[in-house]
Amino acid sequence: MAMKNSGAGSPGSVVLWDEGYHGHDVISTRTFGFWLYMLSDAMIFATLFAAYAVLASHTAGGPTAQNIVHPWYAFGETVLVFSSVLAFGFSMTALKAASRPGVIGWMLLALVLGAGFLGLEIHEFVGLAMRGIVPARSAFLSSYWALVLTHGLHMALGLIWMLVMMYQVMRYGFSTDVVARLLSLKYFWLFQAVMWVCVFTVIYLHGAI
Amino acid sequence: MLVDLQGSWSPLWGRLSLSEVPYHNIIVVGAFLFAAVLGAAILGGITYAGKWGYLWREWLTTVDHKKIGVMYILFGLVMLFRGFVDALMMRTQQMMAAGPHAAGFLGALHGYLPPSHFDQIYSAHGTIMIILAVTPILVGLMNIVVPLQVGARDMAYPYLNAVGLWLTVVAGALVMLSLFLGDFSHAGWVGLAPLTELPYSPNVGVDYWMWAIQISSVGTTLGAINLIATIVKMRAPGMSWGRLPIFTWTSLSTNIIALSSFPVLAVALFLLSFDRYLGTHFFTPGLGGDLMLYTNLFWIWGHPEVYFVVLPAFGIISEIVPTFSEKPLFGYITMVIASMAIAGVSWSVWLHHFFTMGEGPAVSLYFSVATMLVGIPTGVKVFNWAFTMYRARIRYDVPMLWAIGALILLLTGGLTGMMLAIPAINYTVHNSVFVVAHFHNMFLLIAFAAMGGVNYWWPKVFGYKLDEKTGRLVFWYWVAGTVAVFVPMYTLGFMGMTRRLDYVAHASWLPLLQLEEGGIALYCLALYYQLKQIYVSIRDRAVNRVGADAWGTSRSLEWMTPSPVPFYNFAVAPLVHARDEWAWRREHGYTNLRPPRYVDIHMPRNTAVPLVIGAFAFALGFGLIWRIWWLGALALIGIVATMIIRAADTDTGYVIPAADVARMEEQAGGQAPSGARKVLS
Ligand code: HEM
Ligand SMILES: [Cu+2]
Repeated sequence: MAMKNSGAGSPGSVVLWDEGYHGHDVISTRTFGFWLYMLSDAMIFATLFAAYAVLASHTAGGPTAQNIVHPWYAFGETVLVFSSVLAFGFSMTALKAASRPGVIGWMLLALVLGAGFLGLEIHEFVGLAMRGIVPARSAFLSSYWALVLTHGLHMALGLIWMLVMMYQVMRYGFSTDVVARLLSLKYFWLFQAVMWVCVFTVIYLHGAI
Repeated sequence: MLVDLQGSWSPLWGRLSLSEVPYHNIIVVGAFLFAAVLGAAILGGITYAGKWGYLWREWLTTVDHKKIGVMYILFGLVMLFRGFVDALMMRTQQMMAAGPHAAGFLGALHGYLPPSHFDQIYSAHGTIMIILAVTPILVGLMNIVVPLQVGARDMAYPYLNAVGLWLTVVAGALVMLSLFLGDFSHAGWVGLAPLTELPYSPNVGVDYWMWAIQISSVGTTLGAINLIATIVKMRAPGMSWGRLPIFTWTSLSTNIIALSSFPVLAVALFLLSFDRYLGTHFFTPGLGGDLMLYTNLFWIWGHPEVYFVVLPAFGIISEIVPTFSEKPLFGYITMVIASMAIAGVSWSVWLHHFFTMGEGPAVSLYFSVATMLVGIPTGVKVFNWAFTMYRARIRYDVPMLWAIGALILLLTGGLTGMMLAIPAINYTVHNSVFVVAHFHNMFLLIAFAAMGGVNYWWPKVFGYKLDEKTGRLVFWYWVAGTVAVFVPMYTLGFMGMTRRLDYVAHASWLPLLQLEEGGIALYCLALYYQLKQIYVSIRDRAVNRVGADAWGTSRSLEWMTPSPVPFYNFAVAPLVHARDEWAWRREHGYTNLRPPRYVDIHMPRNTAVPLVIGAFAFALGFGLIWRIWWLGALALIGIVATMIIRAADTDTGYVIPAADVARMEEQAGGQAPSGARKVLS
């Protein structure tokens, strides 16, 4: 077999190399990876929900879901989560307009609302603990605490992340890295809201009946 | 909210105390001396050769997917050795402790290992082999090969890749540490609940097991994200889905399994740790806990996990067989569908691990049928490989030997799996060594394929082939050992021998146990020749140098890069025209591997951050295991802070100017493809 010329430009021959190809789009690759991470996070929640479903009736003579959940209180938390997501949405609209004050301001609001949610949640669980309704009491309470607080932990991490991003926007503006992180944070925050809806329905609404 | 512990605890040292060092156990002391001497020799050797700087710059801080892959494999091989020593000890114990008149030594009633020690050994053996040996070796191969096969410059997230490696290594370090400080779990690699609960396992053994798996699974999940993103986002121009090599396809499906199943394991273990640390009641016998919940969660991960390790093995076979049959793979499309189908089915069969739970005929029937369904896609694969070899001019090079060996093991192991899938049979052999023989059969298929993969891609990574003659000896001794250990084990299973016995009541089983011990001796010979093969190959590397296409008849993109592969992989992105691009080019005579023109290359910079995160993860694991809260808290803060600081680093890449690329390519010799066999494609 004779070696043929593989030169890209030479007429009549096949193009074998693509010098113009500069690889993938950084932002979409990064957000795709984050989206994959969230799939695994969704599996974590799914497993916790499954454990809760199995153990919900295992109250071992202790308090039942009906005894401890307050749907209206949790509804207040729901309102906070949703308004935080809304504020974050406005922050992303400001990102499209490349407005630093807009992004930071709205994110600050999202952060405050999220912190309000967390405050309510902490208040609820401190109250439970004071009344001796602790995870060590029964399998039901174990799974109740684990599921709700896993969500709470995600919310807390989201708030820390927002703080970091507000600083980064201030410091670096809208660099590729920063934009990719902002978009990932958007998915993350929305995802936590979706998870909260599941928690609210399965634990607080269903638990009350 | 913390549980009350039996035994002492102090805020500064947690549960640590000098009495936790098992210096009175002569076997452990021996192991420690061995490790210490070996470690000192290695560290001393590095210092003597003045290689610390080189090691730091070129390996410890690297983000190059090939080097990370090599380190994964090296780590996996070291752990494979450790797991093998465990196996040797267990086999020897069972041979020495058969029958009521068997003599006892070193404080054991029979044999030389008291039950508490024997139990730790089998638990460590299983955990190490699955999580820390086979998985890292396969992840390492995927790391090296997948970016090359899709024509990418590196993985999608090179930095994350290094984090995954160091987390895996940290898990291994924790398991090794458990030998010399405290103890290891005695509850089996599956962590039988409620034996793993604090009242029944009050020492740190279960904690070592739990946190080591937890840390390494984070690494595996990060790796899965990385590989999926690399395959989806980083393919070279023209590399459409229909042109993806099968190894890459199986990597994709296997990592989808990992991404979706490892979180289930993580939750199962977290709930267990809540039980052990906070006194919750997820899996306890009292206060509503449900131990079957643990068993279900574990196997919902556990069964997909076995396919997570077998699919890359299938991928390796699918690369080796066509190369040495000098033909394209038969049935590409069915191969792709089968890989995805296996991933899907793997999710719906977990209950076959505990048919004896007694959930009723309807449930058993469903899981029995679902399990057998796996035979269809697997059968498709076996036939495809067979048809690829049919009427081919097969060359029995070492990788091909391993692939064929793997095929035969797949047949036997798959068939015994089918037997186990029948509840009526399962009720009689469940928890017997028949099951042990079945899954070792399957894992050995994976190990065979991995050995084939290492022999196959070694020249790509290092630029020279592994020695052929010693390689054959390794293979045949390994085959002989496998037959000698596992055929008697199947037999003993039928005869009623249950698993995990530190004492074998029937003296009449002794001959079969001795036969198994003989098999272990054969494995030892294989190990000797393995070390010799590596030694001889490095010594003779000048003679065994190869060009880009080391085997002369390879087919996929990785064989279009010089051997060893330059750190930037492809100087210019290849334009892909066909499935089996390199075979296509060879057939059409486009074998000149030099692009007409070079361009600037963007590369990620080396970084020590992954290593730092690994160090913190070690401290975190250690603090949690010994309940040294301040250490754990500091380590956690350290990890978060490191990540935040890293996020502020804007200088994570650099550019190699086109002129430099041209010079480096010139030095690599613009390698001509070697071998240049005339082939039909
Ligand atoms: C793909 C490679 C495979 C691997 C790595 C593998 C591995 C394993 C492992 C680790 C166990 C049980 C471990 C334990 O109890 O500690 C097991 C048990 C089992 N395997 Fe496999 N297996 C594989 C393929 C198959 C196939 C193809 C089938 C059937 C079609 C099958 C059917 C079973 C059954 C029914 C059991 C349960 C036996 C019992 O505990 O009674 N396996 N296998
Ligand atoms: Cu299974």
